[in-house]
Amino acid sequence: MSDLKDKILKIYPAATFEEGDTLQVNVVEKDWLGVAAKLKNDLGFDVLTALVGMDWKESVGVMYYLTATGRDWEVITVKVVAEDRDNAYIHSVTSLWKVANFQEREVYDMFGIKFIGHPDMRRFFLRNDWVGHPLRKDYDTNPELNPIRLEDEQNEDDTRSYSLDDKGNVVETPGKVFEENEYVVNIGPQHPSTHGVMRFRASLDGEVVKKVDVVSGYIHRGIEKLSEGLTYPQILHFTDRMDYMSAHQNRHCLCMCIEKALGIEVPRRAQVIRTMMDELMRISSHLLSFGCTAMDLGATTAFFYGFREREMVLDIFEKTCGARMSMNYNVIGGVIADLHADFQKDVKELIRIMPERLKEYHTVFSGNIIAKNRLVGVGHLSKEDAINYDITGPSGRGSNWSCDCRKKHPYAVYNEVQFDEVLMDGCDSYSRYMVRMKEIEQSCRILEQLVDNIPEGDIRAQVPKIIKLPAGHWYQQVEASRGTFGVYIESTGEKNPFRVHFQSPCFNLVGVMDLTCSGYMIADLITIGAALDFVIPDIDR
Amino acid sequence: MGVSIKSMSRDDFKNNDYIDKLVEELNATGANVMVGKFDDLINWGVANSLWPLCFGTSCCAIEFMSLGAARYDMARFGFEVARNSPRQADYVMVQGTIVHRMAPVMRRLYEQLAEPKYVIACGGCAVSGGPFKNSYCVVPGVDQILPVDVYIPGCPPRPEAMFYGLMQLQRKIKVQKFFGGVNRKEKIEEFFAEHPEERGQIG
Repeated sequence: MSDLKDKILKIYPAATFEEGDTLQVNVVEKDWLGVAAKLKNDLGFDVLTALVGMDWKESVGVMYYLTATGRDWEVITVKVVAEDRDNAYIHSVTSLWKVANFQEREVYDMFGIKFIGHPDMRRFFLRNDWVGHPLRKDYDTNPELNPIRLEDEQNEDDTRSYSLDDKGNVVETPGKVFEENEYVVNIGPQHPSTHGVMRFRASLDGEVVKKVDVVSGYIHRGIEKLSEGLTYPQILHFTDRMDYMSAHQNRHCLCMCIEKALGIEVPRRAQVIRTMMDELMRISSHLLSFGCTAMDLGATTAFFYGFREREMVLDIFEKTCGARMSMNYNVIGGVIADLHADFQKDVKELIRIMPERLKEYHTVFSGNIIAKNRLVGVGHLSKEDAINYDITGPSGRGSNWSCDCRKKHPYAVYNEVQFDEVLMDGCDSYSRYMVRMKEIEQSCRILEQLVDNIPEGDIRAQVPKIIKLPAGHWYQQVEASRGTFGVYIESTGEKNPFRVHFQSPCFNLVGVMDLTCSGYMIADLITIGAALDFVIPDIDR
Repeated sequence: MGVSIKSMSRDDFKNNDYIDKLVEELNATGANVMVGKFDDLINWGVANSLWPLCFGTSCCAIEFMSLGAARYDMARFGFEVARNSPRQADYVMVQGTIVHRMAPVMRRLYEQLAEPKYVIACGGCAVSGGPFKNSYCVVPGVDQILPVDVYIPGCPPRPEAMFYGLMQLQRKIKVQKFFGGVNRKEKIEEFFAEHPEERGQIG
């Protein structure tokens, strides 16, 4: 770590450091863009893993989590504080990491921090006539300011970008999302193939998509703000309802983050159970994804096949956790209940039939000429773009980017089991789809190794009755069904968190819709979306 | 006027008082023999071919998909023709949280449904805002913006619970009078009495 400190001091002598779960570098705002470029180009921090807006009451700013894929996935934190709280601005890093585009818009929406040089500074989640920025600590919660408005929201075609003039004042430059004579088609928010309530505005040239504007926030529930008013055990259940197809993994991540802060050692039995539940969840998610991809292409039969096996997984969950969805199974220190007596038998049965059933899926759908025509060579996303846009999970691995968090930052018992990280180099929708199908095999392989080796012991560690995290901040990642899911917690030592941020994989996935759809037909927009497989409540939170 | 559902006995339903009261109110003025028969025929048809508008915003929508898949198979009851256009649907099943940005869209979809139309609030979020009730941008229950016929609690409700809710809707439809004194009208009037500012906005 001291080696890295020296390197950073060489490119930025004014840097100050703080130790935490990762090395934290404090950078002065006016130097930030230059330092960021050097961190990326000279020190190899090529992935912007998370961008967390912060309000420390006396000041606002952003915490950046950067990952160097070339150096064993080393993570550092960069803290940048805006100079003026009431007229806050920070230089945008969209020119370096494209993934920052939507994330900076989210921070602008929630904190009112203007990003200098961002090409499209609009709100992201909230209506464009919303008053205030909700995650600021001085936000006025008076419902009269923001009543339930039933008049239609006007399309916002006007955008703006900010720059600094010679005297250091922020100057606004108006712009347009679409040109005057462009033909714009609206898709969503209530559309069966957007996998939820996502809205796209696609500009067309004939049938070819020129640009896609993502309008999000139709299921933005303000989970991060709600969490600030609740205790740690109370915020756990929100994670099940974000990406409901990664409920176990998300909750596992939040529990791990809290356990890391408290220094709790989770019993081995709980670790194994958690790992198995994560993999079962992954199978369930990929089966749903298979069914939905097929259904979006009009192949309804395949949907029934996928759901047939998914019900088996749901039965396993129901017996042990008591619910088919929103299981609420992981708790701080372990899991809430012990395994059902049938667990091992049911899992073995699932592992036994899956290879055969996967063959059936491939016969029904994967080899189908229509499926191939619609998926192969569609929605190109190069490896460089996948890294730049931080597209993790099966979608990133479909672009041949080795980004599996289970391999890069092993947690639970993933370093003890044998499994392959599935990589494909097609960079198209078909590769993303096939990675998912092959990951089902790998998940079965992990389950097979663990099912007979569940150790005896406690399912939960002893935790204090009232959970108070020490002052500080922590970041934890896991591999959810759709990519790397991250949780950021900042605590001031109280029993409720000062700030919680969820870095969801789908947020980044939707960020490449413009890139992957441009140049393809409007009908391909649906299949590209299906193959990226985003879950909207995970994006909006 | 029968409110029986095939293969279900009266005691299988929990709120019979409510349906008895509804039948009593409707029969207070008596029913015309001819029109009454037509009513029964139409209600039988409507109740057994309820076409839902797909309106899933979150987790409940996945359970609704399970409802459509082979294990639960809602086609047995005539619910299977899930429509994507409100013009072709009979009822909207609100599955998931409705947030401020969605509220006008939700309302517009409701207005586009053809009469007779029904609303089911499915899941804790649609019933009351659920775990997100205290949020700055969540509508605390879809009944704030739409008249709701049936509430299905749960997070998300089990497929069986969804069937129960749908059967309750069928019972409600079976007692309504299509010719003259349609339930719907009364319900909309009631809604306006509670929300006078909304009059003129709903068609």
